[in-house]
Amino acid sequence: MAETGFLPKDKIEGFLEAISKDNVLFTPVLEGDVVIFRPFKAGNSLYLDRPANNSPKSVIYPQSDILFSYEYKKDIDDPKKVSVDIETHMDYPKTVIFGCRPCDAIGFNIYDRVFIESNGPDIYYQGRRDKTTIITLSCPTPYAGCFCTALGGSPAGKEGTDLLMTELEKGFLLEPVSEKGKAILKTAGVEEGDQYLEEAQKKQQQAHNAVNKPFPSISHTEISRKRFDLDEFWQQAVSKCISCGACTFLCPTCYCFNFTDEQTLEKGERIRSWDACMFYHFTLETSGHNPRPTRFQRYKNRVGHKFLFYPEKYNGVIACSGCGRCIRYCPVSVDISKIVSQLRSPE
Amino acid sequence: MEQSFNPYLPELATVIKIIDETPNIKTYQVIFNDPEKMKSFSFEPGQVGQLYVFGVGEATFVINSPPTRMDYLQFSVMKAGEVTSAIHELREGDQIGIRAPLGNSFPYEGMKGKKILFIGGGIGLAPLRTLILFMLDNRADYSDITIIYGARTPLDLCYKYELTEWETRPDVDLILTVDNEYPGWDKRIGFVPTVLNEVAPSPDNTVAITCGPPIMIKFVLQNLAKLNFKDDHVITTLEARMKCGIGICGRCNIGSKYICKDGPVFSLDQLKESGAEI
Repeated sequence: MAETGFLPKDKIEGFLEAISKDNVLFTPVLEGDVVIFRPFKAGNSLYLDRPANNSPKSVIYPQSDILFSYEYKKDIDDPKKVSVDIETHMDYPKTVIFGCRPCDAIGFNIYDRVFIESNGPDIYYQGRRDKTTIITLSCPTPYAGCFCTALGGSPAGKEGTDLLMTELEKGFLLEPVSEKGKAILKTAGVEEGDQYLEEAQKKQQQAHNAVNKPFPSISHTEISRKRFDLDEFWQQAVSKCISCGACTFLCPTCYCFNFTDEQTLEKGERIRSWDACMFYHFTLETSGHNPRPTRFQRYKNRVGHKFLFYPEKYNGVIACSGCGRCIRYCPVSVDISKIVSQLRSPE
Repeated sequence: MEQSFNPYLPELATVIKIIDETPNIKTYQVIFNDPEKMKSFSFEPGQVGQLYVFGVGEATFVINSPPTRMDYLQFSVMKAGEVTSAIHELREGDQIGIRAPLGNSFPYEGMKGKKILFIGGGIGLAPLRTLILFMLDNRADYSDITIIYGARTPLDLCYKYELTEWETRPDVDLILTVDNEYPGWDKRIGFVPTVLNEVAPSPDNTVAITCGPPIMIKFVLQNLAKLNFKDDHVITTLEARMKCGIGICGRCNIGSKYICKDGPVFSLDQLKESGAEI
C-alpha cells in the first residue's frame, strides 16, 4: 500500500460524506464573516481559505462539559435519611476534525501533557481525544499575525495531527502521521499519493519560508527573568489591555477552567467551563484579597504560563503555537509576539 | 473507561458531628459512606480536601484531624463566602462530597529530634492541629514542643477543649494570647508576632511552623528572621482560590508552582525562590 494518499478536489464532498457515516465530523464553514467549525451536513459549504476564527479545541475540550450529574433524595417519612446517586456520562462518539491547522493541532499535544501525562488521565479529555481523528490542512500562506516558525512550528507541522493534507493544483496530498490517520486513507475517493509528495514538499517549504518571524527562535531560558519580573515592563507593554479575555477564549493552548454547580429541586449537575486568567474574579479570594488584582499582573501570568512556567514543567516546550489569533482579534491590538520579542532581547 | 480513577468525582460522606468553635467557625467530623473507603483512606498531616455541598460548590480545607486518629476526618470552616455559608447550614446526618487528600504535607520526617515551635492565629490553628496531634501521638520522636496561639478575643480561640488539655500536659508549652483585654482573661494580651518576640524562642535545632491571617504570617516571618531562624527552618501553609485541586485549572499558581498540588506547605526559602508575596 502507498504511504500517502491523494484526494482529488472533486471527490472532497463524497470523502466527507463517507467519513460522516461512521463519525461525528466537524468541518470549518463560513457564517457571516466568521469561519467556525460545525458538525458536517451534506451540502454544507466547506471553507478552507483561511484559518477558522476559533480553533477546534472545543471538540475535544468542550467550552462547557458536564462532569457528573446527581440526584439528592431525602426520605419523605424520615428526612434524616438522605441518599445521593452520582452519574458520569462518557460514551463519546467516534469523531473526526477536518481542516484543523497545524498550530491548532499542536495545541492538543500541549493539552495532552497537562490532561493525560502529568496528572493521571483526565478521563473526559482523554475519552474524547482517543475517539477523535484530526485531519490537518497545511497552511499554503501565512495569515495575519501568525508566527509559528519562530516557535519551532511549521505551516506543515505534524505534531498533534493524525493526517496532514497539503493542497496541490488538482487535489490534496494526504500524509498519515498516526494509525488513525492511516485508517482515513481507506476512505472512498482516496487515490495513491506518493507521486505528489515532491510537489507537496516544495509547497510546504515555500509556505514555511513565507511565515513572519518576530524573533529568530525562542527557549524559556532566553527570556530575561529580570525584565519579566519588572512591573514597569508589563505596565508599559499591556497598558492598553482591557482584560476582555478574547485571547484566552480563542487560544488553541489555553485551558484554564472553572467549575459551576446547577441544581433544580433534587437533580443537579457539576459543570466544567473554560475560564480566563484575564478576569479579575479568576483569582479573587473570599476575603477580598486578590493575588493578581491588576490587568498587567494577569497578562504577565498569561505570558509567564506559556513561555516560562509550562516549559519549566514540560521539558522546555513552549505553550504557544504562534497561531496569531490573540493578535488578530485583540480589540486593542496587544501583540504577544512583540512582547515576547522584547522579553528575549538582551538586558 | 468508567472504571478509571476520576479526580473530579467527589466521594460521598456523612457529617457525623458538628462542633461550634467560635461565633463564626464550626468543626465538622465526617466519615465516608463507603466503609471500605474509610478503611483504605490515608493521608499525611497538612494535606487538604475539597468539601462539596451539592448544588452549591466546593471549597478547600485542611484535614485537621491527624492520620493517627482515623475514626473520622475533621474539617474546620469559617463562615466567609457562599460555600462556607452553605457548609454552616449543614446538619448532622447531611451528605457532602469530599475530594481528598490533595496537596503536599508537613515535612515531619526532617523534624524528628528537633524542637518544634508552632505559631498560630485564629482559624490558622487548624493545619497546625493535625501536626500537633500527630506529634503528640508520636511524642518520643520530637524534642520540646512550644505552641504560641492567639485570637482576637477568648471567644475566637478554636479547639478550646484541647487547649485546656495541652495546657496541663508537662510535655507541651502552650502560650495563649488575645488581642485586647477581655473580662475573665488572665493570660497574655497582645498580637501573636509581639508575643513571639516576648517569648523569644531560640532558633537552635528548632523548626518554626506558622499559619494564620496573612498579616500575622507576614510579621511572624519578620520576627522569626530577627530571632535568627533560618529560612529552611520556617514553614507555613498558603491559601488561594482553588477549583480543581490537582494543579490544572490555573488559579492558585505562584510562577510554575501550584499551591493546591505543590503546596499548600512551603518552607520560607521555597517561597522566596518562587517569588511569592510574603
